[in-house]
Amino acid sequence: MKLFLGNEAVARGLYEAGCRVVSSYPGTPSTEVTEFAATYDEIFSEWAPNEKVACEVAFGASVAGARSFCAMKHVGLNVAADPLFTASYTGVNAGMVILVADDPGMHSSQNEQDSRHYAMGSKTMMLEPSDSAECLDFTKRAFDLSEKFDTPVIIRLTTRVAHSRSTAPVSERVDSGLKEYTKNPQKYVMVPANAKVKHVVVEQRILDQTAYCEKEAVENGLNKVEYNSKKIGVITSGICYQYAKEALGENASYLKLGCVYPLPVQLIKDFAAQCEKIYVLEELDDYIETHCRKNGIEVIGKEAFTLQGEYSQSLISKVILGKESESLKTDVNIVPRPPVLCAGCPHRGLFYALKQLNVTVSGDIGCYTLGSAQPLGMIDTVLCMGASVSALHGRNAANPENAKKSVAVIGDSTFIHSGVTGLINIAYNATDSVVIILDNSITGMTGHQQNPTTGKNIKGEPANAVSLEKLANAVGIETVIVVDPYNLSETKEGIKKALETDGPAVVISRRPCALLKTVKHNPPLKVNPEKCKSCKMCMKIGCPAISMKDGKAHIDFTQCLGCKVCSQLCKFDAIEE
Amino acid sequence: MNKSIMIVGVGGQGTLLASRILGSALLDCGYDVKVSEVHGMSQRGGSVVTYVRYGENVASPIIEKGEADIILAFEQLEAARWIEYLKPDGKIIVNTQQIDPMPVVMGAAEYPEGIINALKAAGADVEEIDALPMAVEAGTSKAVNVVLIGAMAKNMAVVSKEKWIDALKASVPPKFLELNLKAFEMGYNI
Repeated sequence: MKLFLGNEAVARGLYEAGCRVVSSYPGTPSTEVTEFAATYDEIFSEWAPNEKVACEVAFGASVAGARSFCAMKHVGLNVAADPLFTASYTGVNAGMVILVADDPGMHSSQNEQDSRHYAMGSKTMMLEPSDSAECLDFTKRAFDLSEKFDTPVIIRLTTRVAHSRSTAPVSERVDSGLKEYTKNPQKYVMVPANAKVKHVVVEQRILDQTAYCEKEAVENGLNKVEYNSKKIGVITSGICYQYAKEALGENASYLKLGCVYPLPVQLIKDFAAQCEKIYVLEELDDYIETHCRKNGIEVIGKEAFTLQGEYSQSLISKVILGKESESLKTDVNIVPRPPVLCAGCPHRGLFYALKQLNVTVSGDIGCYTLGSAQPLGMIDTVLCMGASVSALHGRNAANPENAKKSVAVIGDSTFIHSGVTGLINIAYNATDSVVIILDNSITGMTGHQQNPTTGKNIKGEPANAVSLEKLANAVGIETVIVVDPYNLSETKEGIKKALETDGPAVVISRRPCALLKTVKHNPPLKVNPEKCKSCKMCMKIGCPAISMKDGKAHIDFTQCLGCKVCSQLCKFDAIEE
Repeated sequence: MNKSIMIVGVGGQGTLLASRILGSALLDCGYDVKVSEVHGMSQRGGSVVTYVRYGENVASPIIEKGEADIILAFEQLEAARWIEYLKPDGKIIVNTQQIDPMPVVMGAAEYPEGIINALKAAGADVEEIDALPMAVEAGTSKAVNVVLIGAMAKNMAVVSKEKWIDALKASVPPKFLELNLKAFEMGYNI
């Protein structure tokens, strides 16, 4: 036995189910599924440029007869929603499974959206496991259900399931080989005439699936009814089932829904009829609750709990049982510790240069979003992947004067994901926009994944590398300036030149992520207290390795990577090697 | 009765590795185990926490206020931040290392003084360890986490020392094993 990370268990499920093609874009908390899938030689695994591409790759593989899969975080499903909604109409050949990982509490996300609405909206079956054993089991079931009902099937995880470890029983891989592909335009060509016919099929499929959820799914344990004390009845799914079990144990009965779309009606009515008081325990939106109310089932839900953040055993215990744990209190002033750009991060020099130039910065999604934090505080907007580039164009279209004092910042991976389309728009619709690509040779925030610019594939093997310079030239950007963000004056001058140039420009701020194993670091720097005048200039870059000790600047040797950005700020040459 | 252990620290200190080693050692002893980790943005120098729960049958992977039997704190301020999660009769093992958070680096706040005494005054059973010099002596400042695992091991009689060492061997690259075993022993023999 071993402990499986939820995401690792999903990957094991892919292997055992005979899955042959996996295509994903990294996104916390979904990333490790695909990293683990790539460790199985039987599976063709890849990092796609974005989630829409990944979902379409999985669709193509399914039609070609291979069990296929793609994974993404909740906001990634927004990007992949286009193929999803119509793949629901075409259905599949071999099984196709889409994993979406929601992030209640926003541990590492820009919003708290509830992906169950996508299952309902696209009329696609959705399963929700509650621990690693179910992650493995439900993944295999998802492929079977996909083929049984001729539909893609979505697996929904939340952070606490994706990033928790528990045991999961394993078995051998069963690979039934490629299914035969037969040309079938009525099924696979979604023009109005065919889609009208398919929509009827989809609506019937939901009725069939609902019937399955009422009976067969209960018999095979996908939906589970557990009767204990009938004073309290709990309708729940996913991680909330575990919290409820922890808080209430045998003092409650449970209806645990492994399938959250479609939802059964009679099963819930029968369960509710057996219990005195019914609680719906679900994080984020009142999705199951609304379904219950619509069907005339009286439940207690969001009025007693919350639409925001995560649930827990103590929240459930407090609301349902009125019990709270005793806890220790201190009068220590707890200073917050927000995440920061790492010591040696190449983004730091870039943001400092932007600060000196006093520009408005259209930001994007990645480690460099932390450039918004003080003392740099150099990001004005962050919306979604790729938006920095398109929103800058909008800003400059609104007032061409803005172009001289505004830039976009976007990472290499995010640029390929969906920044490049915005850059084409800038070139085509001609604003004098300056786009800075922060090329750190890796997808950083999600934990170092390769991408189409790095020259390596998911297995670390050599691969084609997109040339950002040539790509910018090819879409019509003539001015392309490359700077090293460890060199503050070069970086500042490069951006200044780009802002002064007529026409759009791209600046590539190029320096690999300091955490990459291939990057060699210089020895840590030291402050010479004799020379230090305590002016605190070196602290303006917000490096976590620098602080004031006994009135002088001090560099923490355990953190410093010797990048020498701070020493360029010291007018007294007090920072030494 | 299920037991709950929290490992808290600053992103980059190696709390994840510590929770994995603890989790696999407990599993090896025949317990049902759940470990909850945090990945992504908060790992970038932010406050991080991992939960390890074990017993006969563990449902929830997380730990809430007043529920932890042991807290292993990799840093003083983090010990204070999470002390509310300790059971009133629980134990907290604190690495006395101080890492300034950004508000302190910027001069917008002071690093609080007297944290250890405040924890004791709150009623906690506190064990202090100065793990950084030990890690440096073992060979690298990065081994702080393994020194602290050693200190934790000494406080958890349910897992034999051999099982701890097996779990450590399975979790670190062979070329760093000797160094890590040294660090573990230093923490264990305090």
